[in-house]
Amino acid sequence: MNNAWKIVIGVVIGFVAVFGFPFYYNLGKANVAPKLKYDTPAILEYEKEHGKKECVEPKEFMAKEHMQLLNTWRDEVVRYGQRIYVNSRGESFHISLQNTCLNCHSNKKEFCDKCHNYLAVNPYCFSCHIVPKEKQS
Amino acid sequence: MKILIPFFAVIALVVIALVGAQASHALFGIWIPYAAVLIFVFGFIFKVLKWGRSPVPFRIPTTAGQMKSFAPWIKQNKLDNPSSSLGVLGRMLLEVLAFRSLFRNTKTQLYPGTKLTYGSEKFLWLGGLAFHWSFLIIFVRHFRFFMQDVPYPIQIVEHLDSFLQIGAPLLYITDVVLLGAVTFLFLRRVMMPQIKYISLPADYFPLLLIFGIGATGVLMRYFAKVPVVSVKELVMGLLTFSPVIPQGISSLFYAHLFLVSTLLAYFPLSKLMHMGGVFLSPTRNMANNNREVRHINPWNYPVHVHTYEEYEDDFREKMKKAGLPVEKE
Amino acid sequence: MATKVTTPKPDQLVTSIDFTPPKTGWMDTPTIIKPGTFCWGAKGKNLATVEFPNARDWNPSDQDWKLPENWQEIFLKGMEDLLGKYRSFKVFMDICVRCGACADKCHFFIGSGDPKNMPVGRAELLRSVYRKYFTASGKMLGKVAGARELTVDVLKELWYYAYQCTECRRCSLYCPYGIDTAEITIMCREMLNLLGLNTDWISGPVANCYMKGNHLGLEPHAIMNSIEGMIDDIETVTGVRVNPSFNRKGAEILFVTPSGDLFADPGTFTCMGYLALFHELGLDYTWSTYASEGGNFGFFTSNEMAKRLNSKIYAEAKRLGVKYIIGGECGHMWRVLHQYMDTWNGPADFLEVPVSPITGTRFDTAKVLKMIHITEFTADLIKHGKLKLDPSRNDDLVVTYHDSCNTSRGMGLLDEPRYVIKSVCNNFYEMPENTIREQTFCCGSGTGLNASENMELRMRGGFPRANAVKHVKEKHGVNMLANICAIDRATLSASMDYWVPGVRVTGVHEMVANALIMKGEKERETNLRGEPLPGKEGN
Repeated sequence: MNNAWKIVIGVVIGFVAVFGFPFYYNLGKANVAPKLKYDTPAILEYEKEHGKKECVEPKEFMAKEHMQLLNTWRDEVVRYGQRIYVNSRGESFHISLQNTCLNCHSNKKEFCDKCHNYLAVNPYCFSCHIVPKEKQS
Repeated sequence: MKILIPFFAVIALVVIALVGAQASHALFGIWIPYAAVLIFVFGFIFKVLKWGRSPVPFRIPTTAGQMKSFAPWIKQNKLDNPSSSLGVLGRMLLEVLAFRSLFRNTKTQLYPGTKLTYGSEKFLWLGGLAFHWSFLIIFVRHFRFFMQDVPYPIQIVEHLDSFLQIGAPLLYITDVVLLGAVTFLFLRRVMMPQIKYISLPADYFPLLLIFGIGATGVLMRYFAKVPVVSVKELVMGLLTFSPVIPQGISSLFYAHLFLVSTLLAYFPLSKLMHMGGVFLSPTRNMANNNREVRHINPWNYPVHVHTYEEYEDDFREKMKKAGLPVEKE
Repeated sequence: MATKVTTPKPDQLVTSIDFTPPKTGWMDTPTIIKPGTFCWGAKGKNLATVEFPNARDWNPSDQDWKLPENWQEIFLKGMEDLLGKYRSFKVFMDICVRCGACADKCHFFIGSGDPKNMPVGRAELLRSVYRKYFTASGKMLGKVAGARELTVDVLKELWYYAYQCTECRRCSLYCPYGIDTAEITIMCREMLNLLGLNTDWISGPVANCYMKGNHLGLEPHAIMNSIEGMIDDIETVTGVRVNPSFNRKGAEILFVTPSGDLFADPGTFTCMGYLALFHELGLDYTWSTYASEGGNFGFFTSNEMAKRLNSKIYAEAKRLGVKYIIGGECGHMWRVLHQYMDTWNGPADFLEVPVSPITGTRFDTAKVLKMIHITEFTADLIKHGKLKLDPSRNDDLVVTYHDSCNTSRGMGLLDEPRYVIKSVCNNFYEMPENTIREQTFCCGSGTGLNASENMELRMRGGFPRANAVKHVKEKHGVNMLANICAIDRATLSASMDYWVPGVRVTGVHEMVANALIMKGEKERETNLRGEPLPGKEGN
């Protein structure tokens, strides 16, 4: 058959185009993982009062499980009217994205969005909640 | 044995990764993946070129419908019996994207007496389609780990895959479908006597391996979460040829990566090459225009034939007696 | 070899079909070469006639097949050669995933339950050898990788199952990658032929065809005698004396049909159909005694042999100076003509694009091959109203149509014969849809398996087709199975007598001639078979 090589080359090119894509797409781009900022006025104030920065749960837990925690909070409030969260240290918090989480993390662009954009995650928190005004020090 | 060997092989791979990654993150996070990709790419190309070296001496499409006839009042089935390159393209797309041939599948049943039936049997088609499409979507979805600025189309795929908004992180439909489909394909192989009879270890191994890949992936996303930012950092390091090993990534991820590496390296040596082979299948990639367009066989050679002259020499007297014209009196 | 082989009765045969695979794996289940399921070995003299290697008399049921010393080397060398020549073979050896979609599509599997008769099973027999000698994993891992040594027993198994495949391509229709067992069987048979492992029923016709022009070995005068007998019969029935010519130079058209049509009922009635039709049209055509075979049993031995036999058609067309060729009703003949002839022996630039002298229709779809199928020719005539037809003469027939494997899956000639049939008879019913058109079932005896010593195999293979006929017989009272294949006409007759007594077999052009109102014909009392026409039974 005369055009055998056409097919073969077609297959090879198609194959390289698909599987080589991530390589040449990233050509020349630096591999920079996002750095988060914990320097909002509220956090700095907390640090002044308590001598340390801490979230409702340990940082490692929050990094991996915040989405689940937020989901639980939403269900507690919306479905069961439960507004108090007791954390692993025994402290109580008012369950509220707006007034608790975003009170400290009032820098969505420098905090939430950093990782979410990096990993192309689009959580639907803010389809109901209002994005607070960015506050930074 | 045919099932146990591949089963323990996959278990062994997981154990090797879990243990080995503790010993050397660089080996399992950098060097093995690089080696696997190299084997995959070059092995794949090598195999396709190897096939390509053999010519296609004859145009032998399997015609699966009415041919293009001498007059338009006989309606051609242009997709199942294409006569043009465009038709072949259509047939191939239908085959690759929708598994046209498997869609025809029937199930033969012999009832007491002599009754034979051929009922429609779409489960293999459905299972195969579910498996391949979910695998493809999962692969495409993973590009969010492979690209610095994730392009919008990839985000759309990811978004659609999780549109049911179940749980957090959102459940991907394809995760469920893939594991379900692999399980179905495996059970089918084990439970249908004929299929089991012809199955080789090489048939169970990829299924179990892919199940392992899916299972470790699902564990990482929903149950034993890994720090995805670090994972992406590692992957991006590989893709930009400046490998890094971020801290805090669990062995589970390395197991996932090792199984994927195994799949990649195994691919070109195995039946998984049907991915490339389907495009080179002469019964599917050729137009049925045999009587209209000449097909050349590159190794066509002259053959010894019994000529008319020899034939007439054998039968001249008999031919003359019967009144047949002859060349030589 | 004169051992009498008995064929089980239909009900015994059906109850013996067991779809449960053996307990032992297929590599560990020895193949028993069972009487009734194989054809006698080739005769040395026939193979020698066509210069085949290792020609000798041998018997498949003997322990010793008299193989040459270096048989393994010859076989593997042949395999390497074919892998280099055919991409199909290479790709089909590599990409099967054993999904099993093909398994219950094979008529031999359905009729025998033998898992080695599943298309995938049959292919694995050869693939295991391929893996052992041509892949790294097979060389290293052996049985785990599905590889096995080529032993004498393996060779015998390959032979046994290569001659239990009719290359009908039904499996390739359902395969997601289009893996065609026909292609694998073709390769396997070609390798076996390097060792002289052919069958008598194939090698005999091949030698005949090579030397005498046709499978049956009819010499020139015998062909004429046979046709003259038909001329007399046509005159008796119609009162018209047709006057065909033989080896006539300057004719417009060369007509080529399988020699089976010249020899035995009901093929001869089909042949009478051609004769009557061409006469009625006043067609300027000729028969050839040199190219007196449309079929090609060479195709069931090796590619080269097929080409050698096929060469006669173009050579004769050139010698006689015809404009184009019309081919008769035959199955594998048309696979070979359609997919191979021009590549082998073309270009036929001494011929012209076929144009029907009656309707003026140009057959552009055959513009390179310069050969058209007679049902294309006839369908065009009928469409243009050029034939005076009285379908009621076929009113005693309740007809169904069997698509030949090769014209369906190797060509796509589906609606042309149907159009002709529906124009010449009033009672036509299709068989169930999964058994016709591209999904048609083989007669069970193609590719040179239509011998008598393997009758059990043939009846097993013919079971699915016969079963579909039985269905329409019971539902619609079908009593005639029409087809466009000489092998079908011979083998389906046997299969119908065995499975569906009461259904007879006919070529399409027999029905055409029966319905055809010829110029100057007398009041017809009988059909071409000499049976009274409907309404004339009392005369």
